[in-house]
Amino acid sequence: MEHGNTRLKPGEVDLGTTIMAVKFANGVIIGADSRTTTGSYIANRVTDKLTMVHDRIYCCRSGSAADTQAVADMVHYYLQLYTAQEGERPPVETAANLFRELCYTNKDGLSAGIIVAGWDKYKGPSVYTIPLGGSIHEQPFSIGGSGSTYIYGYCDANFRDDMTKEEAIKFTKNSIALAMSRDGSSGGVIRLAIIDESGVERIFVPGNQLPTFWEG
Amino acid sequence: MPVSNLELPKGGFNFDNFHRNKTFEEKGFKAPGTRKTGTTICGCVYKGGLVLGADTRATEGPIVADKNCEKIHYLAPNMYCCGAGTAADCDATTGLISSKLELHRLQTGRPSRVATAMTMLKQMLFRYQGQVGCALVLGGIDVNGPQLYTIAPHGSTDKLPYVTMGSGSLAAMAIFEHRWKKDMELEEAMELVKDAISAGVFNDLGSGSNVDLCVITKEGVDYRRGYDKPNERGRKERSYKLAPGTTSVLTSQFRKFVDVIEGDAMDVS
Repeated sequence: MEHGNTRLKPGEVDLGTTIMAVKFANGVIIGADSRTTTGSYIANRVTDKLTMVHDRIYCCRSGSAADTQAVADMVHYYLQLYTAQEGERPPVETAANLFRELCYTNKDGLSAGIIVAGWDKYKGPSVYTIPLGGSIHEQPFSIGGSGSTYIYGYCDANFRDDMTKEEAIKFTKNSIALAMSRDGSSGGVIRLAIIDESGVERIFVPGNQLPTFWEG
Repeated sequence: MPVSNLELPKGGFNFDNFHRNKTFEEKGFKAPGTRKTGTTICGCVYKGGLVLGADTRATEGPIVADKNCEKIHYLAPNMYCCGAGTAADCDATTGLISSKLELHRLQTGRPSRVATAMTMLKQMLFRYQGQVGCALVLGGIDVNGPQLYTIAPHGSTDKLPYVTMGSGSLAAMAIFEHRWKKDMELEEAMELVKDAISAGVFNDLGSGSNVDLCVITKEGVDYRRGYDKPNERGRKERSYKLAPGTTSVLTSQFRKFVDVIEGDAMDVS
């Protein structure tokens, strides 16, 4: 999996980022930091990188802010069309494959690392990751963005298939906090969302209430 | 049936003059630079609406091309847009979207929404992949209340309660981060925006001259051109005009060529 902003154009706004999605019993937890940078200036310190593409399907964006916003807007449009035509909510797999189609066919011009997560009535909760080249991978949990490199060990050691909602929230929150404390391109606040059959619950963790670990 | 001679226009950029321009450059004739608005622009939301601010310096490299240009562009009766970056691009882009919004209003029969303008701007800028050098601060009021967006040249947007853009944005943001509060009164907000732009005017070489303000509320728009003028030219010690008669006058003919119809007359003091 490629990391880093290898293809951002000079002056382009960068979602440096730590993003994450975790599947638990009846739903998914998605989380992200809130930092957007232009070079070394933080253009937005309270960004919302968790973007709704449908009622029960969200995506976590990393890479170029412009590219990921444009792609997410397009998928949002396609899914609204799907709902109008099919008369029911789209499956998460459909949404993920729409992202993949856009990211793969335009791989030369895009810098977008996206995690798609949500709930549908066919498969329940699911998480799909679409890294830079436009491949698609379904995983029980996924981490992405420049900050994710610092937490592979932590996540592999602490993830379990049978977590409860509260355990999954703690796992996501801790992982993102650890990444934010080590990655210069990640920071600000933690935004979480819990998606299940009944809806979407948003959690906001301010910068002065982040979980703390060894500070030295 | 005769074949039509009509050639459909080819899409995309036209690079026909590339070789000609290259030859010119080799022979020593350099193309004129683009005029940029070095710029400090900003906006902030307050209790009754929002306030937009901008400096008035336009630069061509190290030269000040315009000491009093207008950087707060009209988009709709309830929306204005500050522009930083390439001056021509900002003027053309805001003019285009302003026209599109008017047509949209005629078609829908309702006041334009800020999110509509934002979407039109970002989709156009993304299509040009950053080649259209506009960094915009879009502010307006619609059925969803006052909204402030920042739009970067590559087409990414952020919705925030206070924003700054341009070369002086760091200076202005320092002021905002120190003093912005939720639900400020109008006077406080205007003072804050004026101070933020002034920080850019005095600490950024690409920004200067006057501070323009634009207050947008549900009731309407209060456009304050030249709200603050902290850089007016000092009075000269004496008049350097030559006395009539220094040069002998043979004949006289007086004709007026310039009529200032709108806007400010150029400062020639």
